[in-house]
Amino acid sequence: MAERVIEMQGISKSFPGVRALDQVDFYLEEGEIHALVGENGAGKSTLIKVMTGMYTADAGEIRVAGERVRPRSVFQMQEAGISTIYQEINLIPHMSVSENIALAREKTGLFGRIDWREARERARSAMARLGLDLDVDQPLNRFSTAVQQMVAIARALSLKARAVVMDEPTSSLNEGEITNLFRLIRDLRDQGVSFVFVSHKLREVFDLCQTVTVLRDGRLVGHYPITELDHFSLVSKMIGRDARGILGRHRDGTDKGERKRFCELNGIRDGRRLQGVSFAIGEGEILGLAGLLGSGRTETLRILFGAEQPEAGEIRLDGVVTRFNYPREAIARHLAFCPEDRKVEGIIPSLSLMDNIAITNLPRLSWRGVVSRAKKLALAEDYIQRLNIRAAGPRQRINTMSGGNQQKAILARWLSTSPRLILLDEPTRGIDVGARAEILDLIRRLAGEGLSVLMVSSEWGELLEVCDRILVYRDGRVLASLVGEEMTEDRIIATIAGEGRHA
Amino acid sequence: MPSISPVNPETGRERLRTYAPFLVLLAILALNALVTPNFIQTGTARNMLLQSFPIIIMSLGMAMVIATGGIDISVGSIMAIASIVFAKLALDLGMGIVAAAVAALAISALFGAVNGLLVGYFAFQPIVVTLVTMMIGRGAAAVINDGKIVTFYDSNLVDFGLYQVLGVIPIHIFIIVIAVVVVFLLVRETVFGIYLQAVGDNLRAARLVGVDTFRIILSVYVACACLAGFAAIFETARLASADAINLGKLVEMDCIAAVAVGGTPMRGGEVRILSTLAGALTMQAITTMVNMNDIPYAYSLVIKSVIIIVALTVQKEK
Repeated sequence: MAERVIEMQGISKSFPGVRALDQVDFYLEEGEIHALVGENGAGKSTLIKVMTGMYTADAGEIRVAGERVRPRSVFQMQEAGISTIYQEINLIPHMSVSENIALAREKTGLFGRIDWREARERARSAMARLGLDLDVDQPLNRFSTAVQQMVAIARALSLKARAVVMDEPTSSLNEGEITNLFRLIRDLRDQGVSFVFVSHKLREVFDLCQTVTVLRDGRLVGHYPITELDHFSLVSKMIGRDARGILGRHRDGTDKGERKRFCELNGIRDGRRLQGVSFAIGEGEILGLAGLLGSGRTETLRILFGAEQPEAGEIRLDGVVTRFNYPREAIARHLAFCPEDRKVEGIIPSLSLMDNIAITNLPRLSWRGVVSRAKKLALAEDYIQRLNIRAAGPRQRINTMSGGNQQKAILARWLSTSPRLILLDEPTRGIDVGARAEILDLIRRLAGEGLSVLMVSSEWGELLEVCDRILVYRDGRVLASLVGEEMTEDRIIATIAGEGRHA
Repeated sequence: MPSISPVNPETGRERLRTYAPFLVLLAILALNALVTPNFIQTGTARNMLLQSFPIIIMSLGMAMVIATGGIDISVGSIMAIASIVFAKLALDLGMGIVAAAVAALAISALFGAVNGLLVGYFAFQPIVVTLVTMMIGRGAAAVINDGKIVTFYDSNLVDFGLYQVLGVIPIHIFIIVIAVVVVFLLVRETVFGIYLQAVGDNLRAARLVGVDTFRIILSVYVACACLAGFAAIFETARLASADAINLGKLVEMDCIAAVAVGGTPMRGGEVRILSTLAGALTMQAITTMVNMNDIPYAYSLVIKSVIIIVALTVQKEK
């Protein structure tokens, strides 16, 4: 049996009001890629933070290479050979690549002087080990997220990391970048580095990992070799019930023929990405936008919502040319928008769940500017119940809630404005399977009641699952509109790859 | 009424954060009672409250500005220009006191509007914007009267300053109570209050949920400036003079300190009005202690800085 790099036994950790981890065991063997999966709130992040020394466990034992450790700091665990790469890369964007790598563990001379020549050499060789040739004097933020992630890995390796913990490393990478990252991870594994890999994308787990640890509600469900699992059994273990009812369900029937047009875009250009986008959305239609990152889908939504201004082209609502200078003008015409990045543009972190839901409706809930607490509470409780939002109560601060519940709160915020068209940008990103299914269900139900939905998703399976029609974007243009039988993953890929130009 | 399910229980640390400003204030008052002769006499307490008038009034505005993620270091200069405008118009042009006061408030509002426009519309950094208006305000105030102090005597004004509501409550204290209650309710109970926190907490999200973020930012800077102008009028009346060079000098520091000691985080998104009041009183209590014990002014700065550090330490989130 291979040596255990990390061994954790009986780990428990509580926060005020929440038992985040309850008697969890975890072990990582040398040279393996070990997936850690579970729904949001299952305790993955907490376990990682305990593993890397950011949190101190309330109970339990941690051994690194067989030796008992009591981590008090991230630094201490780094010294022991455990490094973490977070979803939001924790490097310093304005510093150069070599400075970032040097920061890991400066070899300092007299008076803490850093030998920059040596640091640069070290950075160069660290990047070379990953097969990357880049100018290490350039500031980090000049490089793509994918390259920044590689730098983070290089930094971990220069710390002589024996184990690297990666929290959702692929969430902002495109397909090609993900392939590169995986190749690198496999190479390093073959050199004896172990990985803990946290991802919501189960396909990646099956692709990359040898072992899976499943957590649910802060408890260990089990450790499994990947060969013992299939997609359904893994999801079932994560959610604690049979997954067959949740996955792979398709929208009943196909398109219902002619619809009354609600919104129309004509020749929209933004002077950057969009090269003349035209399409129409019918009432009650779920229209999906497929394409690669940067193909102009997000920009389309933002322009439609008045968050950005088009350079050319027109927008019509109910046939009337309309122009929104600000989102609030779009809201007044019953448009709604769930942005791509919940943390950056969605939640208002210090406000309560209740205020986050009510914020789009405050004038309606108030008299002469004074908000009625009773009305606000009633509205919030109504939506908490309808969307099955799990929280300690309407007064819980939203940034202490799980991603799936935050997303539901943002949906609640918009549904309470009785929108006619809702724009959803990656509505299920970073959300666990259970909440994801609920959100997709909700979208279908609302469309059935006449709400138009315009939805961007990088998970094409999800679009195929819920949409009536899919537009395929490439390089700022709509290349194809797929309906009914044409709606297949193959057709989307073919269009993006350039075969469907005249479709 | 629907029943409310229990929220996360408050931890000891959170409770400490909530009450820390009041504990700090009590500690300072207790210390004063020990070292300052006659401190416990009502006259001293009353004087302390009267002197704290400008800091309290202006801290309310500062707390709102800071809640939006901004800061306003021009309030001291706005006091200076409001004071000079008030005194000059009332004296030289023989305008009535009320008309002069309105003009002083108008010029304050103008300064606030410039701050709000540059921060809210052009998205310049608040500290730089208000640094500029701070220099302009002080400079303009000095130019108006060649840097000389305007002294004046108006019996109506003196009577007003000594007026006691219902014959017992000094007008200053009456106004403090009204102002604190109004701002407290404003940030807690109104649409404006929630928008204010949303703007400071996540500007981009606030814009996307339809908040007119420019209007909110403009409003808080105008409100902050008007409160400074208002305080300036009372100070001018109390001192019977307008001093462009010294009035309100460094008062912005006391206001910011009051807000910080009150536990409102500088990053914005949260605001604590009653704690800010405690913070402002703490600042004044330190000044009173220093003045009444013949301690050199420089020491008061040292004491204040220590108090701020202590207050921040007990309120630290983790």
